[in-house]
Amino acid sequence: MDAMTKKELQIVATKIRMAVIEGTFHAGSGHPGGSLSIAEDLAYLYWKEMRIDPQDPDWAGRDRFVLSKGHAAPAFYGALALRGYFPVDLIPTLRKTDSILQGHPDKKHIPGVDMSSGSLGQGVSCAVGMALAGKLDKADYRVYTILGDGEIGEGQVWEAAMFAAAKKLDNLLVIVDNNNLQIDGTVEEVNSPYPIPEKFAAFGFHVIEIDGHDFEQIEAALTEAKTITGKPTCIVQKTVKGKGVSFMENQCSWHGAAPKQEQYDAAMAELSARLQEWEG
Amino acid sequence: MADVMKIATRDAYGQALVELGNERQDIVVMDADLAAATKTGLFKKAHPDRFFDAGIAEGNMMSIAAGLAASGKTVFASSFAMFAAGRAFEQIRNSIAYPHLNVKIAATHGGISVGEDGATHQCCEDIGLMRTIPGMVILNPADGPEAKAAVRAAAEYDGPVYLRFGRLAVPVFNEEKVEFTIGKGKVLREGADVTIIATGLEVNEAMIAADTLQAEGISARVVNMATIKPVDKDLILACAAETGAIVTAEEHNIIGGLGSAVAEVLVESGKPIPMLRVGVEDTFGRSGPALELLDLYGLTAPHIVNKVKAVLTLK
Repeated sequence: MDAMTKKELQIVATKIRMAVIEGTFHAGSGHPGGSLSIAEDLAYLYWKEMRIDPQDPDWAGRDRFVLSKGHAAPAFYGALALRGYFPVDLIPTLRKTDSILQGHPDKKHIPGVDMSSGSLGQGVSCAVGMALAGKLDKADYRVYTILGDGEIGEGQVWEAAMFAAAKKLDNLLVIVDNNNLQIDGTVEEVNSPYPIPEKFAAFGFHVIEIDGHDFEQIEAALTEAKTITGKPTCIVQKTVKGKGVSFMENQCSWHGAAPKQEQYDAAMAELSARLQEWEG
Repeated sequence: MADVMKIATRDAYGQALVELGNERQDIVVMDADLAAATKTGLFKKAHPDRFFDAGIAEGNMMSIAAGLAASGKTVFASSFAMFAAGRAFEQIRNSIAYPHLNVKIAATHGGISVGEDGATHQCCEDIGLMRTIPGMVILNPADGPEAKAAVRAAAEYDGPVYLRFGRLAVPVFNEEKVEFTIGKGKVLREGADVTIIATGLEVNEAMIAADTLQAEGISARVVNMATIKPVDKDLILACAAETGAIVTAEEHNIIGGLGSAVAEVLVESGKPIPMLRVGVEDTFGRSGPALELLDLYGLTAPHIVNKVKAVLTLK
């Protein structure tokens, strides 16, 4: 990856993080922690990886994305708005009564949302259905989905994994966002899902482990995934919950709490400073 | 009495799927390891490339069906009513109904007539569960030809549909090419003193009950209410006005199903009339031959006759 591209992606990821803070602050609720941990994924997917057309969100030949960890909607909406699916002005309307920006992704009303999600464990199965349809139609689109590490406690995730491998869905890419925190504590404390890579490998996936905040590793993993045939790929990425806002990092309490005014000011100041660094 | 042809609505479902699959390439069928029993196996044999078995994982099947539908397919997803409406309720609600996707949840083995498998497999709650989901259409055909017509109507409708089919072979009273309109009940027999509004296999019981009542000088109208949601309000209100008493009959808990739907319409009309419900009386089933159970749980024609006589005393 050249320095210019990397810089552009860093800028996008930072703007996505600012949208997370902006949206959850104005909403007075929402899930900043797990939104901030997937900013690099969304930047890479929507600016580099996926074959999409924001002017034609329902284009049949597009790559699909399902945010299985639907509570990270603030980051998803940030990416969609910045990419041109809808005006960035809508971000502060997150979770408001008359806004299209529902607390969790809503396929029916939000341009660019390929599947409603938020009830954990279901999005990945929906992504599997889309990948299956692609195979049935001999279409060459790919399907991407991001799961939380707490989310994989849902049995349905493993039902979906078993099915995807059994049907050889090599057009499916599953990312597990291993930020190590869920609502009630660390994932080990609550009901340990570890070791995650071995579990997906045992279910028949090609597994790649990366640092989910490193664009070069994300690029290498997604590029490798496209060379794998006959099985789906799972990227297990280590990330930091709350990444980019220092007082939110690795704090369980920021899973589902919105910043107050002072916290908003501090977070935006930190992110603005980062943005200025990148923009030089 | 001449022999009446009998066919289980699940068999008619399987046959209808094969025909639909011949006509439409977008039809995809899923099952959860019950293809032989739900009769999706017929489709599997005819169109193996468009049949997918999710294995014993009903929730996953429903969400995969949603993903297929989001990619332009018209999907029929089958299991027993207990595991479709029951186990996978939330996937149906969130993955299918909330985004209003084109998935037809085709549930077989509805009701107590499952028989020997017993209470764990006798689902008398499915219609109640499905009725509470916004935008869900619920179809409960009464015989083989109507089941086929309902499958076709569901396939032509854009959005989620719950179809309920039975395990037991039941008498065929409709013509092979019967019309089916979603949201419309049908008057099968005219009557002036009372209306029996029935659904599923209870329609045939209602017709037998009407014969018995006629011999006793009671004129009973019989309505086949094959669509439970959206329920045919106009027909219910017309029956109320014209016959002054209603008995509902369904192979379902008396809570939440057809009886509840009819009661809601009557009460909210401002002109309620006497009404009683025939159904499973808020209890679990048990093992036994289907016909014995139908009688034991108060679902056969003589029980409908008794309810009609009781409702007439309230007029």
